[in-house]
Amino acid sequence: MKQLFRRYRGFLVVLILMGLLFLFNRELGSAAFSKAGYTIKEMLLILPPIFVLLGLLDVWIPREIMIRFMGEGSGAKGVVLALLLGSAAAGPLYGAFPVASVFMKKGVKFSNILIFLGAWSTTKIPMFLFEMQSLGSRFALTRLALNIPGILIIAWALAAMTPKQEIDAIVDMNRTMQ
Amino acid sequence: MSTMVLYGVTALLLIISFVKDRKKTVQALRKAWKALEHILPEFLVVILLVGLLLALLNPQAISAVIGKDSGLWGLLISLIVGSITLIPGFVAFPTAAMLLQGGAGYMQIGAFISSLMMVGVVTIPVERKYFGLRLTVGRNLLAFLFSVIVALVIGMVMGEL
Repeated sequence: MKQLFRRYRGFLVVLILMGLLFLFNRELGSAAFSKAGYTIKEMLLILPPIFVLLGLLDVWIPREIMIRFMGEGSGAKGVVLALLLGSAAAGPLYGAFPVASVFMKKGVKFSNILIFLGAWSTTKIPMFLFEMQSLGSRFALTRLALNIPGILIIAWALAAMTPKQEIDAIVDMNRTMQ
Repeated sequence: MSTMVLYGVTALLLIISFVKDRKKTVQALRKAWKALEHILPEFLVVILLVGLLLALLNPQAISAVIGKDSGLWGLLISLIVGSITLIPGFVAFPTAAMLLQGGAGYMQIGAFISSLMMVGVVTIPVERKYFGLRLTVGRNLLAFLFSVIVALVIGMVMGEL
């Protein structure tokens, strides 16, 4: 019980602060709560299937296969797969973090995980079609043409900038998490 | 639409898994729940912060500051607003289209959309739990800088620069 309280204390603090805001500014406070309710609905819709898929992936796909396709030495194959998997995803970026976590556990190369993250954040296919429709193909295509090299450069730069032992520590942290 | 595909695929795989091996399927579901519960406190904080931000930064407030003639200041504000907020794409694109019609520049909209999708200040509590603080900050900083480049190129391609 005490531990439960400790884990959720950040949430309780923000909740109380928003309650205070509501007391001082009814309009802003209720707008904040209704938007938060909307976000909860969205998360409740997106997160359960993502986590179920992750559970299935964790149980069914052996580590050796993930390593062969996306691990160290997977080369261009791993990079392309990371881009495609990220782009085929649905849901906002916060949905990608737990997936990345399972990838770490399964021995996927760290830079490929970062590429996957980049693709999920900004080259998602359903979103791209929507972007073309709303903002025009010139806008959407320019962004796509920049994003693909951008994602790769950011991922490789981050992987190169982070010391090996820090990457190992992060991977270990995720391994013990589940 | 993509949510429905996600559910369809998940249900299908779950059924196949269940038919092939019941025990493994139960194990998978248990893992799914544990992983979700593990990150739930951080998600709840993020949800509240997002609610607060969306209440403060409605489309009218945004369009007031990133009009076409807002120039470099508008660019900077677009980047900051995009970095902090977390708006789903199916809301963000129509909003961006509306802002364009309301006189916002393509360069500012490019900055807003790019940083919105790649930079996530409010989700840092979730991201750091998986990647550690240093890497999280590094990724967001690089994504922010990259969004500046995207905005400038879009400004050029759209004939604003």
